[in-house]
Formats: sequence, C-alpha cells, structure tokens
Amino acid sequence: MSAPVLADADAKPNLKSQGPAIPPPLRWNGRGGDGDGRGFSPSHGALPFPTAKLGLWLFLAAATMLFALVGSAYLVRMGLPDWEHLPKPGILWVNTLWLLLGSLALEVARRAARAREVATARGAWILGGAFALLFVVGQLLAWGRLAAWGYFLATNPASSFFYLLTALHGLHVLGGLLVWGRATVRMFRAWEPAAPLRIELAATYWHFLLGVWAAMLGLFWLT
Amino acid sequence: MGGTSAKHAESGLHHAHEPTSFWTKYVFSQDHKVIAIQYTVTALLVGAVGLVFSWLIRLQLGFPGSVSIVQPDSYLQFMTQHGMIMVIYLLTALLLGGFGNYLIPLMIGTRDMAFPFLNMLSYWTYFVSVILLFAAFFVAGGASGAGWTLYPPQSVLEGASPGAGWGVRLLLLSIAVFVASGTMGSLNYITTVLQLRTQGMTLMRLPLSVWGIFVGAVLALLAFPALFVGGVMLLLDSLFGTSFFIPIVNVFGQQLGREGGNPLLFQHLFWYFGHPEVYIVILPAMGLVSDILANHARKPIFGYRAMVWALLAIGGISFVVWAHHMFVSGMNPYFGFWFAAATVVIAIPSAVKTYNWLLTLWRGNLRFPTPMLFAIGFVSTFVAGGLTGLFLGNVIADVPLHDTYFVVGHFHLVMGVSAIFAILAGIYHWFPKAVGRMYNETLGKVHFWVTFVGAYLIFFPMYWMGFMGLPRRYFSFAAVETLPPSVQGLNVLMTVAALAVGAAQLLFVFNMIWSALRGKRAEGNPWGATTLEWQTPTTPPPHGNWGPELPVVHRWAYDYSLPGAPRDFVPQTEPEPQPAAAAKAAKAAKSEPQPEEGSGA
Repeated sequence: MSAPVLADADAKPNLKSQGPAIPPPLRWNGRGGDGDGRGFSPSHGALPFPTAKLGLWLFLAAATMLFALVGSAYLVRMGLPDWEHLPKPGILWVNTLWLLLGSLALEVARRAARAREVATARGAWILGGAFALLFVVGQLLAWGRLAAWGYFLATNPASSFFYLLTALHGLHVLGGLLVWGRATVRMFRAWEPAAPLRIELAATYWHFLLGVWAAMLGLFWLT
Repeated sequence: MGGTSAKHAESGLHHAHEPTSFWTKYVFSQDHKVIAIQYTVTALLVGAVGLVFSWLIRLQLGFPGSVSIVQPDSYLQFMTQHGMIMVIYLLTALLLGGFGNYLIPLMIGTRDMAFPFLNMLSYWTYFVSVILLFAAFFVAGGASGAGWTLYPPQSVLEGASPGAGWGVRLLLLSIAVFVASGTMGSLNYITTVLQLRTQGMTLMRLPLSVWGIFVGAVLALLAFPALFVGGVMLLLDSLFGTSFFIPIVNVFGQQLGREGGNPLLFQHLFWYFGHPEVYIVILPAMGLVSDILANHARKPIFGYRAMVWALLAIGGISFVVWAHHMFVSGMNPYFGFWFAAATVVIAIPSAVKTYNWLLTLWRGNLRFPTPMLFAIGFVSTFVAGGLTGLFLGNVIADVPLHDTYFVVGHFHLVMGVSAIFAILAGIYHWFPKAVGRMYNETLGKVHFWVTFVGAYLIFFPMYWMGFMGLPRRYFSFAAVETLPPSVQGLNVLMTVAALAVGAAQLLFVFNMIWSALRGKRAEGNPWGATTLEWQTPTTPPPHGNWGPELPVVHRWAYDYSLPGAPRDFVPQTEPEPQPAAAAKAAKAAKSEPQPEEGSGA
C-alpha cells in the first residue's frame, strides 16, 4: 500500500501517513447542481448512486437506441434481394481480443481503485486505454483489408452497413479515449477522491462498447 | 491530498464567485438561466424566419403569382424549411432548451443543472445546427424542398426535388448536430430532475411543468437517435452513392447506379422519431399549461396523480404509434390494425388531461391575464386539433384524407398552434420572474385575441377543404377543376388572417423588448404562485438561485384556496401545521406566520 503513495508524483517525500494520502473514494454525488457535486446542494430523494453515473447510463441508453436502430435497419435491408455476403477480414478476431483485454484491464483498475491500490489501478488504467487504441488501429487495418479486396462504402449494402456500423462504434471508442486521455492527465497529477468513480465510469463504458461490438460481430457473421 | 484541496478550491471558485467577464457571463455562460434565455431568443429568431416562410406560402395560395420569389420550386423549399424550422428548431429547442433550462432548477430548488458545462455545450451545438440550417439556403440549388419528412428517393436524387444536392446534405448535417445538442440537453434535464431535487421535493410534489419537461426529455433521449440514424444513412446515400434507401431508379430511361434500397425503411426510422417528437413538444406544453391554469384559476390542479400518469402513459404509447403516419405508404396493411389501435388508445390519457384542465377551471376563481388566455387557448386548439386525430388514426378515414388539407389543419392546430400558445403563455407568465418587470397587459391581450381568432380562421377551414379533397403541398390549384370556387375565397380569407396573425407577433416582440427595458417593476411573486421559482430571494433570481440556503419543500405545488389559509395560496416552502392541531390551526389562521414575498429560506 505504501509504495504507490510514494510513487505518487504529488506526494511529499516525507509524508508517512498513508490514510490521508489516498483519500477515500467518493461514493456519492459525483457531480451536482453546483457544477461539481461536492455537497453544495445535497440531493434528497436522489437515486442511490452518483449523479455522473446516472448521466452515463442515460447516455448509454441513447447509444443503445442508436446501435439497435442501425441493427434493425440492417436486418430489414438484409431481407431485400440485392443483399450480398461480405467476406470478413480475420483481423476482426484480433481486434475483438484487444477490446476484450481493454475491458478486462479497466475492470481490474476499477476493483483496484476501490481497494485503494493506486499503482495497480493506474497501471491497469493505462493498459485499458492502450488496448482500446490498438482496437481502433486494428479496425482501420480491417478497413484497409476490405478495401484491398475491392469492397468500399458503396460497393454493396452489406459493405455499406459494415463501414457504417464499425465507424459509429469506432467513433464511440475514440470519444471514450478522448475522455480517457483527459482523465489520465488528472489521475497522474494527483489521486483525487473522484478517481475511483472516474475509473468505474470508464469501465462501464468500455464494457458497453464490448457488448455492442459482440452484437455487431454476431450480426456480421450470421448474415 | 494537495490535489484534492486544489479540486475543492477550483470547484468552490466555480460557484461561490459569479462569472464576471462579459464572455463567461453572457456568451459562454454555464448559468441555466442565461442558457435558457439564449435558447429562447435564438429559437424565436429562427421561428420568425419560419413565420415569414408561412406568409410566402399563404400569399401564393391566397393571391397566386403575387410574390415573384415564390415559384413552384421555391414554394416547396419555403414549405419544407417552414416545417423543419417550426417543429425542430423552434418548438423543440424552445420548450426543452428554453423552458427546461429556466424552470427545472428553479422549480425543484437547486442551484443549476447537473452538468452545467454540458448544458452550455448543448446550446452552442444547437447554435451550430442553426448556422448549418441557414447555410443550406446559400448553396447551389438552395435549401431542400423535399417536404420536412425528407423522404427518399426524391429528397436526395438530383433533379427530383429542389435542393437535392448540398441543400439537403447541409440540412441532414444540421439535423445530426441538433440531435447531439438535444441528447446533451435531455440527459441533463433528466439527471437534474432525478438527482438534484431539494429537501422535501418528492417526485409527487413536482409541479406538472417539470413532469412534462421530464417525460419530454426522456422521449427526446430515446427518439432522436432514430432521426440521427436515418439522417446519417440518407447523407451517405446522397454523398457516397450507397443504397440504404435508394431503390433501382430509372431516370429518362437510364438506370442509376443504385440497387434495391428501401425507401420505406427511411420512413420507419423517420417516424419512429417523428411521432415521439410530437410529444416531445406537446408534453412540456401540457405541463406549462397545467401550472398556469391552476395558478390563474386559484384552484389545485384537478387530478394531479392522473395528470402525471397520463403524461407517462402518453410518453410510453408514443413509441408504438409511429406507422399511423404511413398508412398510405405501401407498408404491410396488417400493420395498420395495430397502429390504428394504439393511436386510438393514446386518446385516452390525452382526454384525461383535457377533462382535468376543464375541471380545474370549473368554478375556479378565474382571472384572465394574458398567460391565462393563452393557456385556455391551448386547451381549445388542442381539442379542436386533437379530435380530428381520431379520424386520421383510422386507416379507412386516413386513406382518402391523408394527402389533403385535412391533415394540414389537424397537425397545425394540435401541435403547432397549441404548442405556440403554451410557449406564449409560458413567456408571459414567467416574464416578470426572468426579467423583473411586468409586460404590458393591453398589448398582451390584443396579441392574444388576434392570434387566437386568426389561428382558427387560418386552420379551421382546412378541415372543410380537406373533405372537399383539396390536395396539400400544391403550388397552384389552377388545374384542379373539381374544386368549388368557394375554396379560392376561403384561401384569400386564410391568407389575410395569416398576415394579421403575423403582424400581431410584432406586437408581442415590441411588448417584450419595451417591457424588459421600461416595464413596471415586478414583485417577486406577482401571480401569488406556490411553486419554488416565485420564492427566490431576489427577482430575477441571482446566480445560484437561492442565496446561502436552499429552500425546503413541505407540500405539493397546488395549495391554492386552501380553506382556512390566510391567503389564497400557500407556497411549497410553508411548513404543514402539526397534524394533531391541524383542525385548530385551520380555524385560527392567525397562528400561521405571514411571510413576505420571497420567504424562500
């Protein structure tokens, strides 16, 4: 427990006491009506989890609608006579592995953060982002492979949907990475009480993207 | 540790100190009240453009050929953009972004939205979407003229409709940006209502305005993705030659390079958004009207719980009625049965709301300032427009009426005029709070009566015209020989009424600007209202809304004319008398302290 504290760039070298050096995780009211949720407006009768978490879940609800609607359009369009089978680049399986590992890494980070194991949390956090980055690169390679085979956006409906879905999903991953980068800077500057919550939110988002990707893969392969 | 306190200091700074620079205070403000006013003013300006387009449409119909810029193509463009502007960029933006932002934090007793930065981003994203919307007017070919529903293939095939090139592409881009803005906004409104209510403000003590905006925001969050998906796929069809929606098309004997796309798929996506959109607009409007009616009738809203459940029921059912817009589209006829049934079912909660408004007025101690007039006007046009929805919800009646003026009359009264009446009622009602001055009552009343009578003169004859078979969207009826001459006479009358109604809006604009500068100073609670926003320490409410202490809520929002109470309203912040002594306290009303206005703390 003590090693990560000393490794903390901001911690004073002489600081021995471990308790206050790693503040307890923020369990309530992630952000609030005063813009930061630090108790300026106590939430009465609020749902028993942080406000930021509710915000994320609502966003995920909208994103679920988005992907479900493209998916249903896919199923409808598939039933029309001009639908053609699209060969899938094998690299998609490797990419799946990256996404899975990214999700696992952030899950490890989440648990470590709750247990105040700062070094583990930070390490797993970095891995989570790196795997997601690998996934994006891999997806671009998959696009390149498809293009080399002569399948472009407008080649046939299956390729149109493939590019559309992977692009939408990839943009969500990139958006996540943007937030991840911002959080990384803060997290390595100092271990804030909100850090465990941030990690938890990121882990949720990564799991969500993994789930969406699994559903997309199923759609691609079953058709 | 050091980082922690730095974070505290930073966040404290954020709130304890009001932003002082011009940019952070008025432009890139994170204060919900400023953002609300930004949304409102922008939406009204965009709406003014939409209003001018409706004049041009009406001038052509009443006096064909009288305005040289209205040609067959530009007529379609004005019509399309009028619809798009009014439904999305005016009504949705104003009711959710304007009223949602202003009322939610004040009515639930918090200092700001849950995510103020996201809130600011939501407004500026909306602003960008407005820029894109208007940019489409200045590209080659002009803005899209494919009808506000943008049905493919004609909306994106060059030559099939005006503005099928960059006009429609910019519009689709604008819509995608608007969806991003709407999602950020809705997410914020929902979170704020659920998480930031002040002490004692249970869900069942929320004013109906908050309920209406809340349910509308939930619908927006879940329905806008459908518009986004349809829009993006249509954009790809237009830009990159994909074939999501474009079927095999022969143009002058030449087959275009597309294959079997499905135009019906777009219609499903569009209306999966489009029908909830009607309620995204009308549910917040219903909420505002409920509060205004109860206040000016000095009576509790009739059936508060039923009103809440009706809002939720309408919101839920609105997701399963979309294909009633598509009875004539060629979809599987068996679908029609389900969608007709669901449509008729949605009339039940709508009727519950209407009866409850009427019963709220029944034997009330009515007073008739301008907001009350507009609120009653809302109930009137909602009924006059809504009942014809029952005709159109049935397949067999919809088929002959669908492409006629009957539909134009129906949706204009039920969601256009009604929503605008609710907005105007809301602006007049909350103007004293937002600005700190009273509007001019005489000008307001003239504004109301011209608008109210005019709206009926414009839209009611459309029902009759529809029954006569007058087709909608036509530039000219010169070639339609089966129409009686009276149709032209009515068209002249409707156009004159439209011009008068438009002119009356100038009166409104003048009233607002003049009163904001020179109007009589308003007290904190000029309407004797119970809800929290009228109990703020100063008017207009300060940054942070409540001073040092948040208000504490002890009762529901509708304690009007409570027997035994010293005044005919009891603010939500007033503690309940002790249960044991309740009867005595009611008699001896003097034991209640009589707080001055703004006894929020």
